[in-house]
Amino acid sequence: MATAEEIAAEEFSGVVTKHRPQIFRFLLASTRDADLAETLTQECFLKAHRNWAGFRGESSAMTWLMRIAINLQKDHWRSRRMQFWRLTQTHAVDLDEASDWLPSGERSAEQKLLARERVGQVSKAVAKLSERQRTMFLLRYVEEMDLAEIARTTGVNEGTVKAHLSRALTRVRAELGGQR
Amino acid sequence: MSFESGTSEELDRELAETLQEYRAGINAWAEAAMVRPRAVEVRPAHRPIWRLAAGWGLSCVLVVGGLSAGAYTHVHRQQMAKIAAARVVEQQKVVAEARAQQEEEDLLAQVDSDVSREVPSAMEPLAQLMSGDSIR
Repeated sequence: MATAEEIAAEEFSGVVTKHRPQIFRFLLASTRDADLAETLTQECFLKAHRNWAGFRGESSAMTWLMRIAINLQKDHWRSRRMQFWRLTQTHAVDLDEASDWLPSGERSAEQKLLARERVGQVSKAVAKLSERQRTMFLLRYVEEMDLAEIARTTGVNEGTVKAHLSRALTRVRAELGGQR
Repeated sequence: MSFESGTSEELDRELAETLQEYRAGINAWAEAAMVRPRAVEVRPAHRPIWRLAAGWGLSCVLVVGGLSAGAYTHVHRQQMAKIAAARVVEQQKVVAEARAQQEEEDLLAQVDSDVSREVPSAMEPLAQLMSGDSIR
């Protein structure tokens, strides 16, 4: 017969399998660095594992994990080492980018090029957003969360989420040349 | 670019499409990044012997060179100081000799002038007579 600890371990293992790709994707989109995203994802699940007993299921496991990931990412950017990192990242030429991984689909070469250019501009605009705006933008347009979920995950009210998203979209539009 | 023209509706449609493409790109990137092997830098446990020897050799050369340069500078400075001190002593000697010679010459000149002005007492009346004649 399985003990309570074994059951909890099995449960947590299921949570990792289910949510790891999403957490990693969010962190990758946010940091634009695969190694850093991988490290932060591991830290996130390590932290979650340590506190798994305290998780009372008031929110979904995904919301809880995403909150941990957001906090980790915040701490990371704030740390001194990351200040240097951010500087390097800002000036570095990105070789791995969302635009390099666009699914080809049934499109002409010109269409592909245009799509790649547009996605590159979105990436650039997202990188220039404030930390909070970027988080909300990614939760909305990459993780496809609704406003209520974003509010729960980030710990702010829906109005604030709306305001941040609106500002973020305005900046993305401006980068895409839609500002008139 | 197409975003610069067209109606607001078109613009929103195109923005929505672009955001979908952005999402698809992030998805594909994340999937690829998750399955890629992570590079781990493995350093050799021991450095090759020749590198170790070269390191020691270079260190020794640097230490010996540094010490030699220091000693040479010290000796050179001492020599220069000695030469300078000798020059000063010599200069002082020359000045003192010149001063002594000058004093001696002054004294002799004074003695000469004192001696030449005095007339022996036996010749005094003659000297007065000569001075009287010259008045006349």
